[in-house]
Amino acid sequence: MYAVEMKNITKQYPLVLALDHVDFALKKGEIHSLLGENGAGKSTLMKVLYGICRPDEGTIIVNGKQVDLKKPKQAIDLGIGMVHQHFMLTPVMSVTENIVVGCEPVRGVIFDKASAQRQVQEMIDRYGFQIQADQKVKELSVGEQQKVEILKAIYRNAKILILDEPTAVLTPQEVEELFRILRELKKAGTSITIITHKLKETLEVADTVSVLRDGRMIQSDISTKGVTTEELAQMMVGREVELGICRKTQSVGKVRLNVKEITLREKEKTVLDKISFQLKEGEILGIAGIEGNGQTELIECLTGIRKADVSLIEKDGEKLEGAPGDFISRKVGHIPEDRMTRGLVLELSVRDNLILGYQKLFQKNGVMNRRRIREFTENLLKEYGIKAPNISVKCSSLSGGNQQKIVIARVFSEDPDVLIVAQPTRGVDIGAIEYIHERLLKLRDEGKAILLISADLDEVKNLSDRLMVMYDGRIVAEGLPEQFDDMHLGLLMTGAAGREGLQYE
Amino acid sequence: MSEKKAKLTAKIIIEKYMSVVALILALILGGIIIFVCGYNPFEAYASIFEGAFIGKTAICQTLIQATPLIFAGLAYVVAKRVNLINLGIEGQLYMGALGASLVALMPVSLPTPVLIVSALISAMLFGGLYAGLVGAMKVKFGSNEVIATMMLNTIAQNFISYMVNYPLKEEGKTLAQTRLFDETAWLPKLVNGTQLTIGILAAAAVCIGVKLIFDRTRLGYESRCVGLSIPASETAGIKIGKVMIIAMLISGAISGLLGGTHVLGSDHRLIADFSSGYGFDGIAVAALAGDSPIAVILSGIIFGALRAGCMVLNRTTGIPTEFIDVIQACIILLVAAPLLVKDILRIGKRRGGRKA
Repeated sequence: MYAVEMKNITKQYPLVLALDHVDFALKKGEIHSLLGENGAGKSTLMKVLYGICRPDEGTIIVNGKQVDLKKPKQAIDLGIGMVHQHFMLTPVMSVTENIVVGCEPVRGVIFDKASAQRQVQEMIDRYGFQIQADQKVKELSVGEQQKVEILKAIYRNAKILILDEPTAVLTPQEVEELFRILRELKKAGTSITIITHKLKETLEVADTVSVLRDGRMIQSDISTKGVTTEELAQMMVGREVELGICRKTQSVGKVRLNVKEITLREKEKTVLDKISFQLKEGEILGIAGIEGNGQTELIECLTGIRKADVSLIEKDGEKLEGAPGDFISRKVGHIPEDRMTRGLVLELSVRDNLILGYQKLFQKNGVMNRRRIREFTENLLKEYGIKAPNISVKCSSLSGGNQQKIVIARVFSEDPDVLIVAQPTRGVDIGAIEYIHERLLKLRDEGKAILLISADLDEVKNLSDRLMVMYDGRIVAEGLPEQFDDMHLGLLMTGAAGREGLQYE
Repeated sequence: MSEKKAKLTAKIIIEKYMSVVALILALILGGIIIFVCGYNPFEAYASIFEGAFIGKTAICQTLIQATPLIFAGLAYVVAKRVNLINLGIEGQLYMGALGASLVALMPVSLPTPVLIVSALISAMLFGGLYAGLVGAMKVKFGSNEVIATMMLNTIAQNFISYMVNYPLKEEGKTLAQTRLFDETAWLPKLVNGTQLTIGILAAAAVCIGVKLIFDRTRLGYESRCVGLSIPASETAGIKIGKVMIIAMLISGAISGLLGGTHVLGSDHRLIADFSSGYGFDGIAVAALAGDSPIAVILSGIIFGALRAGCMVLNRTTGIPTEFIDVIQACIILLVAAPLLVKDILRIGKRRGGRKA
């Protein structure tokens, strides 16, 4: 018995065939993981089901009846709910208001707030959430906001729930909690689809897996019993991949970057609290932590974008200060955490982006040397395997993986001594992740000093030679990566492991 | 599949030539308005075309009208490149006109080329510094350039008015204007017997110059980055404030040239309130040109032609010259609303589909 059947779905975007005759079926009361790389068509397929975009071809059958979905309202009326990757909540409104918006209980023509509040509190209690119906959404953590989104769908009687990359922003503890909720919903008869590219989680929570690649359904309806992460990865990428490359440093040399007591206060709040560390050549120093605990500000202070209140940064024993341009010319490379805003000018060509930040090196008296730029960028394209039709296409037309390769190629190719690398593989496909990790390790083996800031625990643990945990603007723990297990890291990252933190070594 | 591909290419072509499509639609819309007003649109357009392109005088008139529009459009495009909206072209062109006039009125006799070049340089300086002031205010104090440039327009216009009413006023006359410049300070004529001067060549040359700066120089590269993404430019070590101020200086200098070529080329004296709102017409020119400096030449000529044609139109058919403003408004609306244009086209297509 199927809750949803999608047959022969085809969707053509300008220049890309997003879905190529895809069949997908969701059984009643199962958790179905829709697995695939970025750009494989997972989100598009679910947007078709939720009525956000219309397919060019194909039929959709919900609860045995063929439907023609033109807008989300119709999907909601059919009992389909979707929790988007970027939450659709109004921060200044209360939990209740966010949940009931659009189908508010009314008395006459007046919004019946009391009854809404009561209904919402009932739901919260039923699922044992630690939130209050009258709390403002902006006061909630990311994990709690996600719960509000889920409640919003349930409030609209969703029997079919779609979650788009639900674990991307959660801590290990919050992921556990989410899975508990999903299992409970399943027991109550809800059919759930989660869109993800995380293999471990798929195997943990899902009953069934379907794998999409390049808009085609590679294999659907695989039982999670008796399938391994390696097999799934191979289906996703189309070739064998090495998951979780782990190779520690052979030799650590002298200190390249010496950071002393970076302190930053903003709006009466301490954002960075006396952060000190030394970064040596031939090592990768990892910083783990939930986003919003000062990582962004730390990166900005270390690259000259922001001026800290107190700070002394020394590179090779000499003071490092000034504007971002000064940091770049002192050979401090920067892979920004958000390539879309800081890393790339998306509306510029691949060629222009490949010299961004280093444009000074390609000019004489203010006139750009176009031939050298062309030769240089064409070489980089080849060397880093960046898949772009040519160097003149806009960066916005490339996949996340190729965009990230552009950022990495231009920084690596200018041979920096120190690298500030933030979220290097966010939103990047498995093939490119493998490549980027390999490249980072190679640079480290060449003797570069690398600071790696990542919210992806597996990544930061596998790559780092030394690991620090950041919470609330402070370094709360430091040690060797193998000394931390995931649950323990989760506690440190949420500040639950005591104020003074832990010191290893 | 091939049909799909054809559809796709059609889509891309439409997007690429959005401006052309918008122009055609605007002309059709204008035609409808003429019709509603009780005139014959075909006759009107025929008459405009004749007045703009048939014969030497008509073509010269078109180019005369186009010159200030090209300058204004280009000034707008340059500021837009760093994502600044320069609504102060009007004020900057008044300052530029003053700059040129001060040189032209100097009581020394210089050979024509020297005099004209130094007058135009002075015009660029006046206009450029006036706009650069806004750029500096934006960078230093975060003031909104749209409001600042608008305010400065009024100040400039009244300042010029004061200058021609008091210090620079022609002695013994009542009109608010300076004395006529010596003929050595007049822009040389391009075509004898018409008012067309080398101003049009200067305008085109500046467009090409700006195009080269945009495409070939570090400044062009950095201003494009700043215009498209401030955070990415900041991360890349680009000095955003400097780039913005330079862009405003250039934009203002071009506006100054507009004022300078106008006083040296057509009025031959500085008159109070001489501009008919060229600064704001520049926005329409830039919009139709899709913010490309080379397309500005073409776009300026199209608007110039409409203007030249409308003068004849008024004489032959009695349709008021304000009609040009109607078409201009239609173009801005349609260029600024690409989605609307797409919808209009889609409606047409859907109808066709149903019939078939």
